[in-house]
This record gives sequence, structure tokens and C-alpha cells, in this order.
Amino acid sequence: MIVPAEFYLILATILFFIGVFGFFTRRNLISLLVSTELMLNAVDINFAVFNAYSHPEQLEGFFFTMFGIGIAAAETAVAIAIIINVFRNVKSIHIKNLRNLKH
Amino acid sequence: MELLSTNILIFAGLALVMIVAAFAAVTTSRMMRAVTYLLFVLFGTAGVYFMLHYTFLGAVQIIVYAGGIVVLFIFAALLIGKGTIDVTHTSKRRYFAGLLTSVSAMMITLYLIVTSGFSTDKFTVDGVPMKVVGTALMGTDKHNYVLTFEVMSILLLACMVGAIMIARKK
Repeated sequence: MIVPAEFYLILATILFFIGVFGFFTRRNLISLLVSTELMLNAVDINFAVFNAYSHPEQLEGFFFTMFGIGIAAAETAVAIAIIINVFRNVKSIHIKNLRNLKH
Repeated sequence: MELLSTNILIFAGLALVMIVAAFAAVTTSRMMRAVTYLLFVLFGTAGVYFMLHYTFLGAVQIIVYAGGIVVLFIFAALLIGKGTIDVTHTSKRRYFAGLLTSVSAMMITLYLIVTSGFSTDKFTVDGVPMKVVGTALMGTDKHNYVLTFEVMSILLLACMVGAIMIARKK
């Protein structure tokens, strides 16, 4: 018996909203990035599941997942470069110390 | 049709590990532990792709995510060092506001998914042969992705140059 598609979608939903919860409550730039990765990962699972269960003869979701992984890699590299630069200038990555752009 | 087949048991184990690790990743107070828990979630996602018989996707997930991105995270956590040890949470009020928002949004989404009646009878266990992936990635016909592939390569190049420019010492 194959696993129903709803199970995968439920798993992806739970992972996505754990990421949202982390994004709301964490106060550290790297933790925020970890939460973002969780959300991106859940979306990638959804792409693959919808492809496999509703249009297995085409590969749209497959390639969207693959390009999504590539874009996540690019985004993480730039974000970590920015975080390291912020740490070098502000000596902290806690977001309560990063208020210069706010006003 | 028995209810608890091997597939469902494997999926249940995978889902349990992923959810527990994801929750630990957003609640633990130490940065290195959060990144390690994220690694478990990423491996679990690769397992999900293997269960869908997308073996190439699972391999890409392990190589790029678990091999590349997590190493970047660990580098950042080690470089920043002392600042990452203690991840203080927000005030209790904002913590519960975030919890309430995400749980209620999750309940709405889960309700919509369960009641949607999504058809699952088209699933085949053939998987995607490597030759199909290669021709679709490099072909110029309909449903081929050579333009996206080239745009991705330019994006990665730009991101590499940008990351060096940003992180470089003056």
C-alpha cells in the first residue's frame, strides 16, 4: 500500500509552521536563517509530492524542487556573508542590537 | 489492503524524526545544536524524496543541503562563537502570540488539506530515470529547462561574487 499524499502534505505543513513559529520567536540571525531553511524545505517537499501524485508523467515539480534547492544554497551563502559582516561591525547578531536601519 | 504496511511504518518513523528534530531546532538555546537538528530534518527530507522514488532529488538534497548548507551554518556558528551560545527568546507575551498564530494557521491549513479530497491514484513507483532528467535539464523543447538552468548558473555566480564582496575585510 502506498502512502497517501495527504500524509506528506500534513508533514510538510507541520514543518512549515514550526519554521514560522521559530521565525516569530527566535532573536538571533542564524536561528532566523535556520527557521527559513525549515520553511523552504517544507515547500520543496510539497512540490515533489504534488508532482509525484498528480502528474507523474511530467516533471515540473521535480525541477522546481531542484532549482529551489539551488536558490536556497545561493540565498544561504549570501545571508551568512551578511551575518558575518554584521557581526564584524556590530559585535553581535542578536536582533535587539540591530536597530540602525530602523529609524 | 492492510492498514499498516511497511511504507506507512517507514513514513511514520521518518515523519516523527523530522517533526521532533524541527521542533528541537527552533527551541534549543544553543546554536550548534540547532544546526545539528536542522541536519536531521534535511536528511529526513532526503528520505521523503527516496520514498517518492525521486532518487536523484534525494541525492541532490543530501549533497547540496546536508553537505553544503549545513557546513556553511557550522562555519558561521563557529566564526561568531560566543555571540551564538545563548539564544535568548522574546518576552513571554510575544512567545505565546507567535505560538498561537502559527498553531491556528497550521490548524486551518491542515483542515483544508484533509477536507480537500486530493486524488492519490496516479502515483507510480517507476521513479525518474537519469536520462530523462538530463535531457529535460538540457533540452530546448517544451517542458525542458535549459533557460532556467542557465539562469541558475548565473545566479550562483553572482551570489558567489556577492558573498565574497560582502564578507571581505576592507
